[in-house]
Amino acid sequence: MNDPYEILDVGRSATDQEIKDAFKKLARQNHPDLHPGDKEAEARFKDISAAHDLLKDKEKRRRFDAGEIDATGAEQPQHKYYRDYADAPAYSSHAAQDGFTSSEELEEFLARAFGGAGERGRTTFRARGQDVSYSLPVGFLDAVNGATRTITMPEGKTLQVTIPEGAEDRQMLRLKGQGAPGFGDGPPGDAYVELHVEPHAFFRRKDDNIHVEVPVTLKEAMLGAKIKVPTIGGPVELTVPKGSNTGTTLRLRERGVRNRKSGQRGHQFIALKVRLPEEEEPELAAFLENWQPKVQQDPRKEMLS
Amino acid sequence: MKNLEELVAGTPGLERSDLDVWIKEELVTVTREQETLLFTDEQCARVRLIYTLRYELEIDAAALSVVMSLIDQLYDTRKRLLSLSAAVVTQDRGIQSAIIAAMESRSAPPK
Repeated sequence: MNDPYEILDVGRSATDQEIKDAFKKLARQNHPDLHPGDKEAEARFKDISAAHDLLKDKEKRRRFDAGEIDATGAEQPQHKYYRDYADAPAYSSHAAQDGFTSSEELEEFLARAFGGAGERGRTTFRARGQDVSYSLPVGFLDAVNGATRTITMPEGKTLQVTIPEGAEDRQMLRLKGQGAPGFGDGPPGDAYVELHVEPHAFFRRKDDNIHVEVPVTLKEAMLGAKIKVPTIGGPVELTVPKGSNTGTTLRLRERGVRNRKSGQRGHQFIALKVRLPEEEEPELAAFLENWQPKVQQDPRKEMLS
Repeated sequence: MKNLEELVAGTPGLERSDLDVWIKEELVTVTREQETLLFTDEQCARVRLIYTLRYELEIDAAALSVVMSLIDQLYDTRKRLLSLSAAVVTQDRGIQSAIIAAMESRSAPPK
């Protein structure tokens, strides 16, 4: 046991009445039967009681002051408290059966449910803080490439959130210890951040692959060309083969999203879409007027048969 | 189980006459076997609590029954609450969160 004067928070010259008053105050705050939800009350009250027993006894106090005895004194007889019976739960048979719900779990749930109300006002109560959840809108490219965001919480605290590369819509990030502060010296809760990935103007994601539709001119499609196309990592050069058509799909290997587990990148698929000239092209029109195709084409044949 | 003499002897400072009053006022219940009063471990613990309240915290004898009644109500309420919580914590986390959210919205101060 520590110094009984320190435990009761009284001076060495405290009078009997001061010691008694100090004990009464601490007993009210720490008696286990008066604080059934406080698991540590018993240990504290044991110290308080032992300190009081030593200091209330004039002879023991004199001998302690003179250094003849140490603070351990006589060990208190071990008694069960009334709360050990009165708080014996109706749920105990159930709890014992599945070994699932400990009283700590229940106290933790109560603390979450009531925000520690009831016992929170007392500095002695200890419980893990509440979990908090946020939803965070994330741009498409930030999600696929990864990014860092700062969230400002309602109480003004800021939180750094690292969005991992390849983050998915509705993905939940857990920020350990960033929830509400604990009660007493209990640990803080966790923060859960749900990501809401915004759609992109032209990229679409399917698993680890990126799909994009890219317009090409008639000339590029007919004759083939090297064109620049956007990827999630920036523009790259792509060869459009001669004779490409609307719907022709080209693949850029490993230009997709990096898989979170395998580390392997998906691909980017580019669907070409032939776009005719937007302005009038008299020469092209004139050419087509006189053009006799080598093979007669009937693209609607299957639809009409 | 202890009889009355054993209980008094095992609780230094406990006045027999006070214990008689507490029994008479039904602050503590006892088991009677013929002429002998018997105390279960729980009843002994309850006597020690009353003893602490009366002698160490110096609660007035007249107030003692009020305090004990409130303590009994506290334990009764805790028992119900713990039993309810035990049922809730066996539910999915989503259901638990929904219950907590509903409780928070009820306890939020009116705007």
